[in-house]
Amino acid sequence: MSLDAKTVTRIARLARIGLQPGEVETLGQDMGSIIDWVEQLKEVDVMGVDPMIGTGLAKPRLREDRVTDGDCRDKVLANAPEREGPFFTVPKVVE
Amino acid sequence: MSYRITGSTGEWEIVVGLEVHAQVVSEAKLFSGASAEYGGEPNTHVSLVDAGFPGMLPVLNQECVAQAVRTGLGLEAEINLFSRFDRKNYFYADLPTGYQISQFAHPIIGKGKVLVDLADGSTREIGVTRLHLEQDAGKSIHDQDPTRSFIDLNRAGVALMEIVSEPDIRSPEEAGAYLRKLRQILRYIGTCDGNMEEGSMRADVNVSVRKPGETDYRTRCEIKNVNSIRFVMMAIEVEAQRQIEVWEAGGTVDQETRLFDHVRSETRSLRSKEDAHDYRYFPDPDLLPLVIEQSWVDELKTALPELPEAKRARLEAEYGVSRYESSVLCVEQATADFYETVARGADARLAANWMLGDFFAALNRTGRSIEDSPVSAEGLRELLGLISNSTINGKIAKEVLEDMVETGDSASAIVERKGLRQVTDTGAIESAIRDILAANTDKVDEYKSGKDKLFGFFVGQTMKAMKGKGNPALVNETLKKLLSE
Amino acid sequence: MSGIHDFTLASARDALKARKISAVELTNAHIDAIERLDGQLNSFITRTPDRAREGAKAADAALAKGEGGNLCGIPLGIKDLFCTNGVRTTAASKILGNFVPPYESTVTANLLKDGAVFLGKLNLDEFAMGSANLTSAFGPVENPWKRKDSDAKLVPGGSSGGSAAAVAAGLVLGATGTDTGGSIRQPAAFTGIAGIKPTYGRCSRFGTIAFASSLDQAGPMARNLEDCAILLESMAGFDPRDSTSVDTPVPNYEASLKRGVKGLRVGIPREYYTKTGLSHDVALLWEKGMRWLQEAGATIFDVSLPHTEYALPSYYIAALAEASSNLARYDGVRFGERVSAPSLDGLYEASRAAGFGEEVKRRILIGTHVLSSGYYDAYYLRAQKVRTLIQQDFLKAFENVDVLLTPTAPSGAFAQDEKPTDPVQMYLNDVFTVPASMAGVPALSVPAGLDARGVPLGLQLIGKFFDEETLIAAGHAIEQAAAFHHRPTLHAGVSA
Ligand SMILES: [Mg+2]
Ligand SMILES: [Zn+2]
Repeated sequence: MSLDAKTVTRIARLARIGLQPGEVETLGQDMGSIIDWVEQLKEVDVMGVDPMIGTGLAKPRLREDRVTDGDCRDKVLANAPEREGPFFTVPKVVE
Repeated sequence: MSYRITGSTGEWEIVVGLEVHAQVVSEAKLFSGASAEYGGEPNTHVSLVDAGFPGMLPVLNQECVAQAVRTGLGLEAEINLFSRFDRKNYFYADLPTGYQISQFAHPIIGKGKVLVDLADGSTREIGVTRLHLEQDAGKSIHDQDPTRSFIDLNRAGVALMEIVSEPDIRSPEEAGAYLRKLRQILRYIGTCDGNMEEGSMRADVNVSVRKPGETDYRTRCEIKNVNSIRFVMMAIEVEAQRQIEVWEAGGTVDQETRLFDHVRSETRSLRSKEDAHDYRYFPDPDLLPLVIEQSWVDELKTALPELPEAKRARLEAEYGVSRYESSVLCVEQATADFYETVARGADARLAANWMLGDFFAALNRTGRSIEDSPVSAEGLRELLGLISNSTINGKIAKEVLEDMVETGDSASAIVERKGLRQVTDTGAIESAIRDILAANTDKVDEYKSGKDKLFGFFVGQTMKAMKGKGNPALVNETLKKLLSE
Repeated sequence: MSGIHDFTLASARDALKARKISAVELTNAHIDAIERLDGQLNSFITRTPDRAREGAKAADAALAKGEGGNLCGIPLGIKDLFCTNGVRTTAASKILGNFVPPYESTVTANLLKDGAVFLGKLNLDEFAMGSANLTSAFGPVENPWKRKDSDAKLVPGGSSGGSAAAVAAGLVLGATGTDTGGSIRQPAAFTGIAGIKPTYGRCSRFGTIAFASSLDQAGPMARNLEDCAILLESMAGFDPRDSTSVDTPVPNYEASLKRGVKGLRVGIPREYYTKTGLSHDVALLWEKGMRWLQEAGATIFDVSLPHTEYALPSYYIAALAEASSNLARYDGVRFGERVSAPSLDGLYEASRAAGFGEEVKRRILIGTHVLSSGYYDAYYLRAQKVRTLIQQDFLKAFENVDVLLTPTAPSGAFAQDEKPTDPVQMYLNDVFTVPASMAGVPALSVPAGLDARGVPLGLQLIGKFFDEETLIAAGHAIEQAAAFHHRPTLHAGVSA
């Protein structure tokens, strides 16, 4: 079943992807068919099953509290599409 | 006595819960090796991990975990040996990855409590719901350019503890007391410096109101990021007032996020409802669940410093100070330490008296803190010793303290230099008194005819004549004797 | 015909060490081949011939002194998902614009440390999202193979399609790939080469652009398993900068080639017959594979992986959920493509609309949807529970067998214009490869034969956690029995 335009628009807004009016419908159809297809998971009995988090292979590891990084502003800013002095810039955010 | 606001329909009770964001004291950030230090040139305390570069991965800082556990122990809270980091997804200019790593479903610390002291001498227990670790965001600077905001990521990724209280707070005063107590505990343990101006402690304030006797909560509003205790108290008052007006006008309060404007003393809605957030929390697949050992928790517990409540109880028992005195002495660990150094080998009650009185006044006057006090604990102890062994009297001691603050000389040196030893020679006292009585025969007559109050006048005159150095007890005794002759 | 383009990675290494050939010669020959053939194949996004020549010179200097690592002077191609210091890295997406990382991924740093020479960055499906290399912002990659009866352009598989095509055509001696749900194994099968997806946690993910963090694994792609073994040994290893990296020593994978399969217990998961759209050619090849292993001394067992059919839908939920979050950082602020707008949200929406391709957008939106309020439990949480069941299936099967043998893909390479219009049909390409990804276990693909139209087919071996060695031993037995020496229509050894 196709996802309705309102849902597609809401999701696109959450994901900050601007959509053309024409895209909403095709995306709704595509997403709908994929969602329908994954619905088959409802058949699986998952009572008492723990969800997988990671693959359970690595051991929890903690870093020592030392300054080992940073102080690399040139690297941080080198790819910025727009900047002002030492800052990234964005259109004014009104709070 | 309960705090009540009176509206047009009668009395209202307020219900407040606080979410405190406390910056963890650590060298490096929660998930990167960049410095967590406050300040720094823009975008210098930033690693490519903090800036969310492609392929960069978080690795958890052990000390930040330890700090959270220590704080949990300080709040007498449940320590969860299993906790987990989730991603909270939302877009914002100072959130480089598009998600904040935070412990949503499984916080490291569970239920705990904070005991707060109120002005009327009573205490209340405020429940702590949870404490979790999360990343701070960067900073957007809005006032540098008319059309653009500037982004500095120095704060991005610094470790925060979010400490959530139960909705147990019932007055602005309790909110203030809770924050002060929480800050005190954090400072004692050394997990947060509690500096609200630098933003290392800030509070989200959840406020609702209800009629006394109602058991359900009404809709609450969250006032975001209030950065001083005074403002928290003000914000609660004006927000409660606003909500009462809404209810009393027959309206309903909308659950929303608001902002406190202290200049206009009002709260304002921050976001429109249609843009409601949907954070899409899910376990961060770049990190493993955090599993800690009970033995490690025990080690941290053993190494914990004495906490404010325990210290107070001990000072009261050991030095006989009052509950009020102990509470003031224990606000800062350094003050309590200072006090104990003075009190050991001096009259402990006298020491408390002097610290709370003249000594704090001297600190205030000179704008110094206890850490760089112009008078050392040992110096103050010596001064009090001179009072106790009757070398000087209390009044002269005040003068000596002032001199100590000014010159840095020791109390005994000042006493010698200025010849301030008190006079205990009864002959000298008697002769001084006889001179006073002789010069004031009219007053002596009045006194003898029943005007008892004049006794103070004679004491004053005697002390004045003796340049304040008379032993007060001897002066009293001798005066009584001579006046009854 | 024994020319410079007949070298495998292993034989080139030996020739370099013996100073029978110089690294500069070898590198130049490959640069020439790229210039001749890649206009058509489009396997490279960024070529770095100057850097390569410099690297080759340094390699020769080292070799002359009898020094240099195991890959000294070996020309490789790098999937353009690995960040390379100072070299543009695109993930085949417009959104990364002219992104030049100031850092090197751990995997490529390991290869460089061993002396490898990088010829450039290889094409892929945008953000590794695809199974046909049709979603790249830099255009599709063409499979160097042709059907014997047609000139139709075939897809090389995906997402490591550029890596597969470049290796198959002899433009590089080996390449890095990444595999999230089959992105190394399926293109390897489609192009007649070998590829290994190691155990999750074996190769560091640091500096590799993420698609789905809990599934992404780097691995080698090369003409045969010997070459793959040599590459994997260099790529693998513990990395403290990746919390999911596993701290366990890297064995000598090359040595495991000679181990043989005597006494090996090989499982055949029956659900792979019944629950998938297996083509006739593929089914035949699979049976051949069983026979080859039996003849080499292995025993075949029937095993069951009951949750096989749910692997693909749960994979798409888990992978897309993670991807929707991983790709949020591409917002036009700190790097990459930016489309100006008067508001911050407008900037985000315009930049992301212009920067991401259709498939990536679709996947981000589905991932966003399955995590959104009210759907999390029904989709994401359930998928992760199913994932646990899938992993348990494998662990149970491995109580009785050492490896599993399956086909790599349901069919051979299809033509670019045969691309299914229904996204779900496209996803079915990964039906055999996804279960191992979901479980985190290692798997590989070896070329084992041709289908009726002359297009290569691969067989997949799936192994126990960190037992890549047994996989390589079994895979090598298949290689020897299959004697797959076919070369594609387009390859460097054939003068154009
Ligand atoms: Mg909050
Ligand atoms: Zn928070």
